Amino acid sequence: MKVIEAENLTKRFGQFTAVDHISFAVEKGEIFGFLGANGAGKTTAMRMLCGLSKPTSGKGTVSGFDIDKESEAVKKSIGYMSQKFALYEDLKVWENLRLYGGIYGMDNKAIGPKIDELLQQLGFESEKDTMVKSLPLGWKQKLAFSAAIFHEPKIVFLDEPTGGVDPAARRQFWELIYDAADRGITVFVTTHYMDEAEYCNRVSIMVDGRIEALDTPKNLKKQFEAENMDQVFHQLARRAKRN
Amino acid sequence: MLRFLLEKEFKQFFRNSFVPRMVIMFPLTAILIYPLVANFEVKNVNLSLVDHDKSSYSRSLVQKVVASGYFNITNVASNYEKALRTIESNRADLILEIPSNFERTLVKERKANLMISANAVNGNKGGLGTAYLVRIISDFNGNIQTELMGNHGRMKIPNLDIIPLYRYNPSLLYSVFMVPAILIMVLAMICGFLPALNIVGEKENGTIEQMNVTPVKKFTFIVSKLIPYWLSGYVVLTIGITVSLLVWKLFPEGYLITIYFFATIFILAFSGFGLVISNYAITVQQAMFMMFFFVLTFIFMSGLYTPVENMPNWAQFISHFSPLKYIIQVLRMVYLKGSAFNELIPQFIALCGFAIFFNGWAVLSYRKSS
Repeated sequence: MKVIEAENLTKRFGQFTAVDHISFAVEKGEIFGFLGANGAGKTTAMRMLCGLSKPTSGKGTVSGFDIDKESEAVKKSIGYMSQKFALYEDLKVWENLRLYGGIYGMDNKAIGPKIDELLQQLGFESEKDTMVKSLPLGWKQKLAFSAAIFHEPKIVFLDEPTGGVDPAARRQFWELIYDAADRGITVFVTTHYMDEAEYCNRVSIMVDGRIEALDTPKNLKKQFEAENMDQVFHQLARRAKRN
Repeated sequence: MLRFLLEKEFKQFFRNSFVPRMVIMFPLTAILIYPLVANFEVKNVNLSLVDHDKSSYSRSLVQKVVASGYFNITNVASNYEKALRTIESNRADLILEIPSNFERTLVKERKANLMISANAVNGNKGGLGTAYLVRIISDFNGNIQTELMGNHGRMKIPNLDIIPLYRYNPSLLYSVFMVPAILIMVLAMICGFLPALNIVGEKENGTIEQMNVTPVKKFTFIVSKLIPYWLSGYVVLTIGITVSLLVWKLFPEGYLITIYFFATIFILAFSGFGLVISNYAITVQQAMFMMFFFVLTFIFMSGLYTPVENMPNWAQFISHFSPLKYIIQVLRMVYLKGSAFNELIPQFIALCGFAIFFNGWAVLSYRKSS
C-alpha cells in the first residue's frame, strides 16, 4: 500500500524552481531516504508533503489525503521533526510530550502512562522533570523524534534529524527509527550522511530540484558501479549546475 | 486542544523571568511616576532680578512675585547684561528689570515701564512664566492705582475679579487628567507588545513551524496566545486603578464596570493589532520596531499629551485612526465626569470597529503554510 505519492510535484519561488516535477511513491512501513546536496530541494519537497508549503503545480497525496486541498487532514496523520530543534526549551521533558499528545487529540488520561512508558523505553525516566534546554543535543533529538511519533502517526517526516551529533548518538537515533518502522510507521528521512543512506530500504537522490535516482541502496550501488553510497552520491552530485 | 495549549502558555508565562514582573512593575511605576513627570504646570521659574529703583514700591512688587509661589529669585543683578548672562548659562528663565525712578514716575505720571525678558528655548516655560508675571504685575498695578486714587479722595475704580469655576477637575490637577490616560498607555504596551513578541519569538525559535504541522487550528493557537495577556491586562488595570486611588486619591466618578467593559474591547482590539504585526514580522527585532512606530504614533495622535482639538486639521483626521484616542476619552470621561455607557456609544462603536478590523486581519493574514 502506498502512503506517500507525488506526481510532478513542483515548487517555484519567483524565477527559481526549487522542486522540479518530482514523482515517486513510498510504501507503508518503509524507511525512505531522501538525499541530495544542500539546496537540492529536499526540505522544500518535504515541506510540501507536510502541508507547510503549497505546491506550485503537480499533485501529492499523503496517507490518502491531497496535500493541497486536504492539508489539515494530512497533518492529523503525520509526525514531523524539523531540521531545527523545535521542542519548547522552557518546558520540561514530560510537558513537551504532553503538549504534543494533547494537540493531536490524545485522551488526557492516556497521556500520562504513555509518557512514563516511553521514557522507560528510552531509559530516560530520570530526566522526566528536566527542562528541555538543559539536555544535550543528542538527547534533544531523540526526544524530538519521540514527540513526533508520540501520537502514533502513520508517517513521520524527519528533516536532517541527526545533524551535529557524534556517530554513537546517530547510531542510537537510528535504532529509534527502526523501532518505529517495526511498529508500522512509515519513515521519510532526509540526510547528508551516506552511512545513514545505507540503513534505508530505498533512497532517492535529488539533484537541482529533480530526482535523479531512486532504488534500494544495493541496486543503486550496482547501477552506478560504486562500492558505497558515498560514491553514488558523488557521481550524481557532480551533475549539479546550481551551485 | 485549547486546554493543552493554554497549559503550555501559562507555564511559559510564569517561567519567563521578565514578563510577569513587567505586568506588575510597569503599571506601578507608570502610575506612580509618570503623572509627576508628564506635567505641564510651570512652577519654579527662575527669575533674575535687576532692580535699579530699590524703592518701597519696587520692593513690594518683588515681594508679591515671590509670594506667588511660581518664582524663585535665583539671581539679583546690578544691570541687564549681567542678568542676561545668567539666562545664557541657564541659571535663570526670566529677567524682571525695574528701572530707576520707577516709584517716582509711577506716582507722578501714573505710568511706569517694566521690562520682562524670557528665555523661550523652553517655549512653554517662557510663555507661562511671562503670563504669570504679567498677571502679578497687573494685580500689583491695580493695588497701586486704588491706593493712589484713594489718596486723592476720588471714587474707587471698579475692579473686575474673575473667579472661574473649573468643572470636573476643580483644582485643575494635572494628575487627574493624566492618570486615566497613562493607565491606557500601559495597557496598550502590555496587551499589544507582549503577545506579538511572543508569537514572533516562536517564529525565530522554529517552534511555530512544529505547531503548523499539527492539526491545531490557527484560531485556537491565536486564542491560546491571547488569553494570558488578556488576563494580564485586567491585572494591569486593577493595579493601576488601585494605585491611582491610593496615591492620587483618584477614583472614577462613574462605574468601574464601565471601565472594565471598555478595557475589554480595547484589549481585544489592541492585541489583535499586535497579532497583525506578528504575522508580518520575521524577527523579534522587526516586530519590536514596527510596534514601536505604531504605538508612538497612536499615542501622539490620541490626545494623551496634547488635546486633539489643538492639532492641525490633517492630524485631527489621522487621530480618528488611533484606537487609543477613544479609550482615553472613555477613561477620562468615566473618571472625571462619571459618564455612563449611554454617553459613550460613539467610542463603543469605534472600539468595536477596531477590534473586528484588527482581529479579522490577524486571522486572515496568519498562514500555516506558505
